[in-house]
Amino acid sequence: MGATLKDATAIAGIGQTPFARQLPESERTLACRAIVAALDDAGIAPSEVDAFASYTMEETDEVEIAKAIGAGDVTHFSKVGYGGGGSCATVAHLAAAIATGQAHVGVAWRSRKRGSGPRPWKNTRVQLPTSGQWTRPFGLLRPADEIGMLARRYMHEYGATRDHFFNVALACRNRANQNPAAIMYDRPLTREMYMTARWISDPLCLFDNCLETDGALACVVVSAERARDCRQRPVYVHSAAQGLPAQHHGMVNYWNDDPLTGPAWTAARHLWKGADLGPQDVDVAQIYDAFTPLIPLSLEGYGFCGRGEGAAFTEGGALEIGGRLPLNTGGGGLSEAYVHGFNLITEGVRQLRGTSTAQVPDAATCLVTAGEGVPTSALLLRS
Amino acid sequence: MSSRDNPPDTAADLLLPVPDDDGAPFWEYAARGELRVQACADCDEPRFPPRPCCPHCQSFAARWQRMSGRGRIWSYVLPHPPLLPAYAAQPGYNAIVVELAEAPRIRLVGNLVSAADAPLNSVDPARLRIGAPVKVAFHAMPGGVTVPRWILERP
Repeated sequence: MGATLKDATAIAGIGQTPFARQLPESERTLACRAIVAALDDAGIAPSEVDAFASYTMEETDEVEIAKAIGAGDVTHFSKVGYGGGGSCATVAHLAAAIATGQAHVGVAWRSRKRGSGPRPWKNTRVQLPTSGQWTRPFGLLRPADEIGMLARRYMHEYGATRDHFFNVALACRNRANQNPAAIMYDRPLTREMYMTARWISDPLCLFDNCLETDGALACVVVSAERARDCRQRPVYVHSAAQGLPAQHHGMVNYWNDDPLTGPAWTAARHLWKGADLGPQDVDVAQIYDAFTPLIPLSLEGYGFCGRGEGAAFTEGGALEIGGRLPLNTGGGGLSEAYVHGFNLITEGVRQLRGTSTAQVPDAATCLVTAGEGVPTSALLLRS
Repeated sequence: MSSRDNPPDTAADLLLPVPDDDGAPFWEYAARGELRVQACADCDEPRFPPRPCCPHCQSFAARWQRMSGRGRIWSYVLPHPPLLPAYAAQPGYNAIVVELAEAPRIRLVGNLVSAADAPLNSVDPARLRIGAPVKVAFHAMPGGVTVPRWILERP
């Protein structure tokens, strides 16, 4: 056994811009604001930054960011694919680089004007690799349609109902109602609103879908040793994983033996293998929620319950504060902001610092996951 | 426009399939009214979507195996706006996944319609049911591409 990632690095700083349906500034300006704020939070000078990581869908790049914030010589930079599946992997790549001496101060970021910008599926000139010809002509156009197809099958196989999906939407909304930074801060959700909402792709209604948001976030990753000298309490990267299962096809995962066993299962096996902890030790979870059905699927994948039990797991307030597994405590992509899941990372950090607006008492371990249904990634953070 | 574009259907602006090199034979057979899927010429394992190499035996030799065109609905959605205009113009349309009778792991995305050339919303959504038996029908789109569609075995 060679080098290990276990607790070798920590998130020392987090930063973000306001979230809104539309912000006037450019994605580049928003990215710089979030990154400068994260470095200030850590108490680290921008000139010390020597590593960057982001998403392949990120439109700002290292060259522009590094010269704008005043970074020094940069010796590691990487971008991770598959949209929101890459969120946690940005931190994981920095952790790996720092743990192996490739760099010392890493910045991961995501800046996106998804609220102002075009909906990606409206671009008829771009196809996902290989899959577009098999799906788009038939009007299976949007991520909501693609995941809706898996959601219907999941409901059929395991008796999941819209009330289970509502449990997810409600938990996220309730947390957003505690978080002044959340888009849905002052907008409570009721079961009647949910059950009478317009369809987006039946079986998914409006409230099963994430927000469309402008905003940017960043975090700073350094060695555990360095983190202990920084301004904030360190949040250690205890374990990290990416997951691309055998014969997986992305969001249109209809073409293998078991389409409902997604990338979460693969990432989870590796995540727990590298950890001293198991699902039973997780105090709070930030689970990628572009669509509500991703939560029961992820609960199963990461081992909080058995196959087919994810919907029932959401019953009885399990995802609320005081429940079995408090979920998406800043409001998540459904109710705080949808910035490809980066706000789930920063909220995980806040929980372990003890500074969340919906603080889980004495939270010491937090699972953060990236998009399920696409090649994914996950982090197990601890204080 | 490059070969990766989804050119609009000239009549209705429905998106046309844009085959890649591996998928092209599927569409060529569809134009002849045949539903065929790629299979390994060495180990006989069918695979979908088509790809250059067999994931079971790594053979690069492939053939196109004819299917009966019978299957069952594996799942479905009813997309609602916001949609591309040509799809929004057929409210209540469905998108389905069909598992093929001979190879249940081969599942094709398509539309359930009342007849090969009927609109995408020609079946009452209440008729959609997981497990319902369906059979293939071929529809020549105005853009010159033929696509498989699906009709209920027991309409």
